[in-house]
Amino acid sequence: MATAELYMSADRLFTRKKLFGFAFPAVIAAYLIYVFLAFDFVGLVERARWDNAQTLTRDTWSYKTHITRDNRTGDVTAAIEGERKGSYPEGTLPDWASQNDATTVISLGSGHEVTFLPDNRLRYVVPEFGTIEAGIEGRQVVTNLTDDIPDWISLSNTRLAITTDEGRVSLTRSRTEVFNYFPGWELFFFTLDSPYHGHSFGEILFGEQLTPEHSNISGAVHDFWNNTMWRHGDVVWALFETILMAFLGTFGAAIISLPLGFLAARNFTPFRTVRFGIRRVFDFLRGVDALIWTILLSRAFGPGPMTGALAILLTDTGSFGKMFSEALENVDEKQIEGIASTGAKPIQHYRFGVIPQITPVLLSQVFYYLEANTRSATIIGAITGGGIGLLLTQAMITQKDWEEVTYYITLIILMVMMMDSLSGWLRRKLITGSDAEKPRRPKSQSADSEEKGKLEPLFLP
Amino acid sequence: MAYTGLSPKESYTALIQRKRLYSGVMLAIFILLLVSGFMLANDRNAGGFWSGLPQIFDFPAGVIGDAVPKLDQLPGHLLTFLPALVETINIAAVSTLVGGLLAVVLSLLSTRGLARWPRLIPVFRRVMDIMRAIPEIVIALVLIFVLSGGPVPAMLAITFHTAGALGKLFSEVNENADLKPVEGLSSVGATWSQRMWLGVIPQVVPNYFSYALLRFEINIRASAILGFVGAGGIGYELKNAMSWGLGKYDEAAAIFILLFGTIVFFDQLSGYVRNALTHKGGH
Repeated sequence: MATAELYMSADRLFTRKKLFGFAFPAVIAAYLIYVFLAFDFVGLVERARWDNAQTLTRDTWSYKTHITRDNRTGDVTAAIEGERKGSYPEGTLPDWASQNDATTVISLGSGHEVTFLPDNRLRYVVPEFGTIEAGIEGRQVVTNLTDDIPDWISLSNTRLAITTDEGRVSLTRSRTEVFNYFPGWELFFFTLDSPYHGHSFGEILFGEQLTPEHSNISGAVHDFWNNTMWRHGDVVWALFETILMAFLGTFGAAIISLPLGFLAARNFTPFRTVRFGIRRVFDFLRGVDALIWTILLSRAFGPGPMTGALAILLTDTGSFGKMFSEALENVDEKQIEGIASTGAKPIQHYRFGVIPQITPVLLSQVFYYLEANTRSATIIGAITGGGIGLLLTQAMITQKDWEEVTYYITLIILMVMMMDSLSGWLRRKLITGSDAEKPRRPKSQSADSEEKGKLEPLFLP
Repeated sequence: MAYTGLSPKESYTALIQRKRLYSGVMLAIFILLLVSGFMLANDRNAGGFWSGLPQIFDFPAGVIGDAVPKLDQLPGHLLTFLPALVETINIAAVSTLVGGLLAVVLSLLSTRGLARWPRLIPVFRRVMDIMRAIPEIVIALVLIFVLSGGPVPAMLAITFHTAGALGKLFSEVNENADLKPVEGLSSVGATWSQRMWLGVIPQVVPNYFSYALLRFEINIRASAILGFVGAGGIGYELKNAMSWGLGKYDEAAAIFILLFGTIVFFDQLSGYVRNALTHKGGH
C-alpha cells in the first residue's frame, strides 16, 4: 500500500515538473511574442534607415575632403569634411586636384577623374562605364545619360548625384561638389593652419625648428591641445568632469549615509519611529531616481558637473543608507561587549567595536558604486549638460561627425574600464591591506544570517 | 639579542602613532580632494550652488502648484500615461530576460572548470568586460540614429549591457557550483550542453534569479532615462510634458507619480523576494 502511495506521489511530482518544464518556456515565448508585436518589430525593419547605418560605419573609419565649385561665382574651394575649420587656404587645393584657369581636374583614384569645365559643366570619367557629362542649362540639369540609368546615379531635373566606390559627385544649380574619401581620422593631431601639419613625429621631435616663437615640442603640444577640429583639451576636461561627478557623488553619499545608516539600524537606534522615518527617506531618495533628481536639480543649479554630482549623491544616499544599515544590523555584538568591558565610552564603542567590522563591507560597496557611477555620470551628463556625455550627444546631433562619436565612445569605454580596474585595485588594497581579510561575516549567528551577511555581491549596481 | 634602545612599550606606542599619523594624513588628503572637487564642480557649473539653493523648491512647487488645481484630471492623466509606463517596464523586462539568457551562456563559457573551450576563457571575459563598460546611452543613441526612435533601441542597448553585467556575477556564482554532478554526467557521456543544463543550472538558478531581479529593478531606471533621450516609454513622455513649461506641469506631475510609484514598487518587491530567496535557499 505504502509503495503504491509512493508511486503515486512520485508520479504527481513528475507530472508537475513536466508541466512546469513546458509551461515556463511557453510563458516566456508568449511574452516575447507579445513584446515583438507591441514593439512593432515589423514596422521597425521598414522604418530603419540602413543608409544612415552605412554613412555611420563609413565615417567611423574614413573621412572625406570636399571640393566645391560655387556655380554662381566659379570659385573652387577645398575643405576637409566641408567644415570651415578644415578648409584649405584660399586658392590652394590638395595635391590630387589641380586648377588651371576655369578648369579643375580632380583624380579620385583608380582611374576615376572628375573635371570641372567652364560654364558650370562637369565631366566624370568612370572606368568600365564611360564618361558622364553634365551641365546646367537654364534652371535644369542636363546630362549625356540615356534612359537606362544605373542605380548608383540619381538624376532629377534639379540635381545629379553620382556615388561610386571612389567618391561622390553632386551637381545642382548653385554648386558642384566632389567628395573624396580617405581612410583614417582627419587632422587628428594638427589642423591645416598649424605649422606642424604634415610633419612626422620624428621631424617634430628631432628636426629643425618650424616656428621662430616656440620650440617644436611646446608648439606642437599647444597646437594638439587646442586642435579646433578634435578639441583634445576640452575632451580631457570633459572626461575629468565625468569622473569628478562620479567621485563626488559616490563619496559624498557614503559620508552622508554612514551616520544615517546608524539611525536606521535596529541594534543602534531603539526608537522605532526614527528608524522608520529614516528608512522611508532612503526609499524616497532611491525611488525618485537619478533622472528626476537631475531634472529637478538642473532647474535650480543650471547644467554642469555640480548638478550631476548632486543627483548621484542623492540617489546613492538612498542605496548606501539601506545597505549600510543592513550591514550594521549584522555586526558582531561580542566585539562591542568586549570594548565596553574595558570601560570605554560610547563613542569608543563605535570607533573600535563597530567601525573596524563594517569598514571592509562598506568600502567594497562604495568602490563597486564608483565604477557604476562613472557610467551613470556619462548618462546624466548627456541630460544635464556636463562632461563627456554632453560632448557625445552634441557630436551625435550633428549626425555627421561620426568619427568624433567613435572617438568619444572609445574614450568612454577606456575610462569606465580604467575606473573598474582602479576601484578593484583600491578595494583589494584597502580591504586586504587592513586587518580584515574579507568582508566579515557574523560568526555568532546562524546559517541564514550568514547568507544575509554576503551582501557584497547582492547589491551590485 | 640586539639592544634597540626602546622598550617594547615605547616601540609599540611609536608604531601606533605612526599608523595614526598615516591614517590622519590619508583622511586629510581625502577630505581635501572632496572639498576642492566640490569647489571645482561648482565653478564649472552654469549656476552656483549657493545661489541656486534657495530656488531648489521652486520647480517642485511649480509642479505641485500646477497639479493641485487640476486634481480632478489627475486620474485621467495617470491612465493616459499608463501605456508608456508599460512600455518602459516591458523594455526593462525583455532586456533582463534576453540579457540574462545571454549572460548564462557567457558566464558558463568563462568559468574555469565548466568552460566549453578553456583556452577561450580570457576572450569571453574580455568580451563581458567591454559589454559592461559601454554605457547604455551610447548604444541607444547610435541605434536611434539608424532605427529611429522607439523602444527597440533602448531594449537592445540595455540587453547588451545586462548581458555583460550579469555575466560577470553569474560566473562568480558558477565558480561556487559543485562539480560532482558535472563529473557524474560526463562519466555517462553527456554533451557539454547537457552537463550544463542538468548539472550546473539547477544548482545556481536561485542565485541567478536573485541577481536578475536586482538587474530588472536597475533596468527600469535605465529604460526611463533612455526614454528621456528619445527611446520611447515614460521617459519620452516626461520630456514632452516638461517642454510644455510652467503652468502646464500637471501632466509632468502625473508622470512623476507613476515613475516614482513604479520604482518604489519594484525596489520593495525585489528586496522582499530576494530576502525570501536567500532565507529559503540557506540550505
